[in-house]
Amino acid sequence: MTYRNPPTTPRKSATFDDYTLSEIRRAAATGIYDIRGAGAKRKLPHFDDLLFLGASISRYPLEGYRERCDTSVVLGSRYAKKPIELKIPITIAGMSFGSLSGPAKEALGRGATLSGTSTTTGDGGMTEEERGHSKTLVYQYLPSRYGMNPRDLRRADAIEVVVGQGAKPGGGGMLLGQKISDRVAEMRTLPKGIDQRSASRHPDWTGPDDLEIKILELREITDWEKPIYVKVGGARPYYDTALAVKSGADVVVVDGMQGGTAATQEVFIENVGQPTLACIRPAVQALQDLGMHRKVQLIVSGGIRNGADVAKALALGVDAVSIGTAALVALGDNDPRWEAEYNELGTTAGAYDDWHEGRDPAGITTQDPELMKRVDPIAAGRRLANYLKVMTLEAQTIARACGKNSLHNLEPEDLVALTIEAAAMAGVPLAGTNWIPGKNGF
Amino acid sequence: MPASNAFNTGNLSKAAREPGQASRVFDLAEMSLRELNQALHDLAPGSNETAWEVLHPRGSHSVAVGVDQPVAIDVRGSVGYYCGGMNDGGTITVHGSAGPGVGENMMSGQIVVKGDASQYAGATGRGGLLVIEGNASSRCGISMKGIDIVVHGNIGHMSAFMAQSGNLVVLGDAGDALGDSIYEARLFVRGKVESLGADCIAKEMRPEHLELLQGLLDRAGVTGVKAAEFKRYGSARTLYNFNIDNADAY
Repeated sequence: MTYRNPPTTPRKSATFDDYTLSEIRRAAATGIYDIRGAGAKRKLPHFDDLLFLGASISRYPLEGYRERCDTSVVLGSRYAKKPIELKIPITIAGMSFGSLSGPAKEALGRGATLSGTSTTTGDGGMTEEERGHSKTLVYQYLPSRYGMNPRDLRRADAIEVVVGQGAKPGGGGMLLGQKISDRVAEMRTLPKGIDQRSASRHPDWTGPDDLEIKILELREITDWEKPIYVKVGGARPYYDTALAVKSGADVVVVDGMQGGTAATQEVFIENVGQPTLACIRPAVQALQDLGMHRKVQLIVSGGIRNGADVAKALALGVDAVSIGTAALVALGDNDPRWEAEYNELGTTAGAYDDWHEGRDPAGITTQDPELMKRVDPIAAGRRLANYLKVMTLEAQTIARACGKNSLHNLEPEDLVALTIEAAAMAGVPLAGTNWIPGKNGF
Repeated sequence: MPASNAFNTGNLSKAAREPGQASRVFDLAEMSLRELNQALHDLAPGSNETAWEVLHPRGSHSVAVGVDQPVAIDVRGSVGYYCGGMNDGGTITVHGSAGPGVGENMMSGQIVVKGDASQYAGATGRGGLLVIEGNASSRCGISMKGIDIVVHGNIGHMSAFMAQSGNLVVLGDAGDALGDSIYEARLFVRGKVESLGADCIAKEMRPEHLELLQGLLDRAGVTGVKAAEFKRYGSARTLYNFNIDNADAY
């Protein structure tokens, strides 16, 4: 019998993990960076790292099914003659017609309207499906200005000047040729089938002083009726919020790095911008320092999934949240019922993010006439409304447990953090301690 | 509505004196920008108040923005940012110079600037005609989407950046990086082009282009200049689809 040395278990590198190796091989084979949809997928400090304290002897709760807990919110009361009144503090984020199919946009409008909230256009102009089925529609004013026109500006309920997006602060939009159908090409004044790269900066203003003049122009064109939002990616939330307020915004929208995109470079999505949790307190602080908290409303987006996330964001000082990815999932995105087709595309349900390729088995992120038939706008809109209702009930459940008769009465004092990172970012104590990292000299 | 004593009917423009037309004079030294724009937006279709005159603009921003009726507006002096922004059918004449973004996102109608124009003249414009009788600064016609722009003088750098559609005519010279990342807009330059941007090339001037250009010159009231004196520039279309071998172009 010969003696063999005991082998070591094959060991993979934590640095060069399977995903990293596959990306190196993909880059070497194609010579071009990876483009995909959705937001940051890496693990980040998030709302899961926060807990509510609830009530006990020092605070008393409200009765779950009897005592009212208000969920309504008014957006745009600073300057707009016609502010928006929403029944719930959860709005639908901007997603373009072009990146999404017409039926998917219609479903978002239907679901939002059933729920008493707003939906938002995107980088492709306003469609009739969307305007017709959305009681409250926010019209985005983007660097590309595709389809921009004064008639749509006036039939919008609010205007969102998009400076940046959480998935790609500093990046412009992208829509690859597969999705530039005749209708999309016409709406954007582009040749059919090209790979469209939107500009990353607005063509006719630069910086906060220009933005102030641009906002004046939009207000003059719309006779000061419409609330004007300014949306920024989670880059420098304190200064960006302060400058948006200075520029005359009615509402500031801050989108963290978990916020999705239709198509951007993977390296951009995963490495530029800050997590949503890290953006909230600096943005709220900027409003408080200016004496504008609750006067200029703050909307936060990027990774909002359930009523607990909504309640936590509101407790940190936000007026409303916005959902994009979660809304698409409610419509049917990444549904396991299409697993066989996801497998054919080399992926699996839950991981599909090649939204730019236009081959979405769920029929949402496509312009393929056959695939888009898979979305029934009425049924999908109903699912979105159901989901929004559940989120709202969940948030109310938590708020009542904390003794609050309005979601907006939730406060940082209702929260603790599970990790030091989350405690530092959210500015709430580490659970079991009175330690807020960075405060009081520690 | 404006106070009646703010009206000045003693200084009417030529257009305002035509018989059968009511005219209004707005003096921005006495009335607010808001009153001016609201009055323009309140015009009902078919209104006979088709001649307007704006006095003392003194560099105001957003003068006559969002006009959506076929009225003639004479602005007596220089304006700030975004004069005539999103104009849809108005005929606006600036008897002075214009700040950044004159005629931005114009849909239809006409804007004439008798003096010079600052940056981004006609940015993202989708229709109508913008005439700059002096020079235009950088980024003239940036992201244009169907507008026609005629500049009697020179234009600055990065003009017609990402220009999608429409025509830009320059009687003088063009600055650096003309037509960078251009799509299907047509550029006609009579003088020197400092340099062309990525994917922008000189193109053959065929008879249909000469005809188109002559029509634009006529509409812009340009005389004594022949279409044959211009060169045409447009997209090489090599950047329309991603190709790694083109990465150096950016």
